[in-house]
Amino acid sequence: MSPTLAFPAPRDAAIAAALGRRRKRASLAVQAACMLATLIGLLFLASILATLLWRGLGGISLGLFTHMTKPPGSGGGLLNAIVGSLIQTALGALIGTPVGILVGTFLSEYARGTAIGGAVRFVSDILLSAPSILIGLFIYRLFVAPFGGFSGFAGSLALAVIVIPVVVRTTEDMLLLVPVSLREAAVALGAPKWKSIVQICYPAARDGIATGVLLAVARVAGETAPLLFTSLGNLNWSVDLTRPMPSLPVTIYQYAGSAFQDWVQLAWTGALLITAGVLALNIVARIALRKRA
Amino acid sequence: MSTSIAEPVAGHAAAPDAAGTATPRLSIRNLDFYYGANRALKSVFLNLPDRTVTGMIGPSGCGKSTLLRCMNRMYDLYPGQRATGEILLDGSDILSPSIDLNHLRSRIGMVFQKPTPFPMSIRDNIAFGVKLHERLSKGDMDERIEWSLTRAALWDEVKDRLGSLATGLSGGQQQRLCIARSIAVRPDVLLLDEPTSALDPISTLKIEELIDELKQDFTIAIVTHNMQQAARCADQVAFFYLGEMVEVGPATQMFTAPTERRTQDYITGRFG
Repeated sequence: MSPTLAFPAPRDAAIAAALGRRRKRASLAVQAACMLATLIGLLFLASILATLLWRGLGGISLGLFTHMTKPPGSGGGLLNAIVGSLIQTALGALIGTPVGILVGTFLSEYARGTAIGGAVRFVSDILLSAPSILIGLFIYRLFVAPFGGFSGFAGSLALAVIVIPVVVRTTEDMLLLVPVSLREAAVALGAPKWKSIVQICYPAARDGIATGVLLAVARVAGETAPLLFTSLGNLNWSVDLTRPMPSLPVTIYQYAGSAFQDWVQLAWTGALLITAGVLALNIVARIALRKRA
Repeated sequence: MSTSIAEPVAGHAAAPDAAGTATPRLSIRNLDFYYGANRALKSVFLNLPDRTVTGMIGPSGCGKSTLLRCMNRMYDLYPGQRATGEILLDGSDILSPSIDLNHLRSRIGMVFQKPTPFPMSIRDNIAFGVKLHERLSKGDMDERIEWSLTRAALWDEVKDRLGSLATGLSGGQQQRLCIARSIAVRPDVLLLDEPTSALDPISTLKIEELIDELKQDFTIAIVTHNMQQAARCADQVAFFYLGEMVEVGPATQMFTAPTERRTQDYITGRFG
């Protein structure tokens, strides 16, 4: 065996105490830095929310939800923009979600550990952080320019492109959380792979995937840049998907910079509406996630 | 109660002979298994006689679970794993590439170390496997569910809540549900991979009693780390060491008078 070594000498109590004091000081310093950074972040957030409430709350009225946008000086509401946003967001989610779920399924169930899976995941992650104006321009070149003009459908497509990578990521992550043993159990009963995915893995990952979809919807509900080159915006009522369609973010963008006091007020109130909507979606998503855990 | 429920007609062959001498239901011949380049099983020969319990023992990493996963081709899920040799189920080689794996797994069921209830109701857990291979009327399905849960000694505990989530059952109940789920498909062979290692002693006892019951209808292979369990449950015991099947014999003989030195060292606790 190993040669006999002397038992280590007893430790020096003074050095041990000094080391302990130093560790405590370092710990306190790190803790303070973390708290300071958190405080700064929260201050910005609180300031944004407070300003939104302060400026936007005054404009909340029934007319907001029952009237169209009108020329400056004649009041008006945001009904067309709200409905336009709802339509484009819903359609974007409707197009992007199935694609995202299928790609996520491919990554988790069919391409795990393969080079092609790694490549798809990499590209999807790049898309996840791509500037949204690029996605707007992409749809513009692909769809708007060749097919004769801005349209609500083009706006929805642009939003769908943003939805896809978010849903891909959460779907893959949630499916990876489904234990291998559950898949093996399904296979051991003689289940073909697709059945074990659809009937076992999807239900097991359902809440997490739904959360991802809700978060994606929350993300695109506030997007402006991808809509500027696609659905353009519309000051009139329009639910025709083949024509330019209004939306809250684009209306805010147009109104906030205007010289008219009532338009600026509408922009603030619209911003408050979106923020409240996104907040509500996030809360719903979080509750769903907590139920799963 | 459920006493009047007849067993569904299964494809069982003739009645069994005494343990070890019957025509084997499953016959493993010269089986080698590879994880990539690593040879995990070395020329294994083993017969599973019809309607008997074969216990497979040996230290961790000796290949007993690997062998179990060969018998239903579970390893097929993982690229890089492969088996050579023959495993004959009623005379036909299940390692043949042309075999229908889903059908094979309906004939050779498997229960895992940790209970694996599906995230659905107790009823749907059982129906999931059955529906893969049969079209049953609702009445027939209900009957099959009751039959399998009764055979798995779980019916009385869950008959009033078949619609509730299976994940809400206790660990022991979940494992019996998994056994019920497997036998509901009416396999010929049942593979149990350390089915009680995650369970408390009472649940373990229940499952061991169950195994004794089930061998009337099924050919069973059980992998276990617990030698007392092998002695209690198994008719024949096979000892594995470093990928080799060292010795196989009737349980009584294996635990009292093993012929191999390594077997004796293992069962007397000198290693493993």
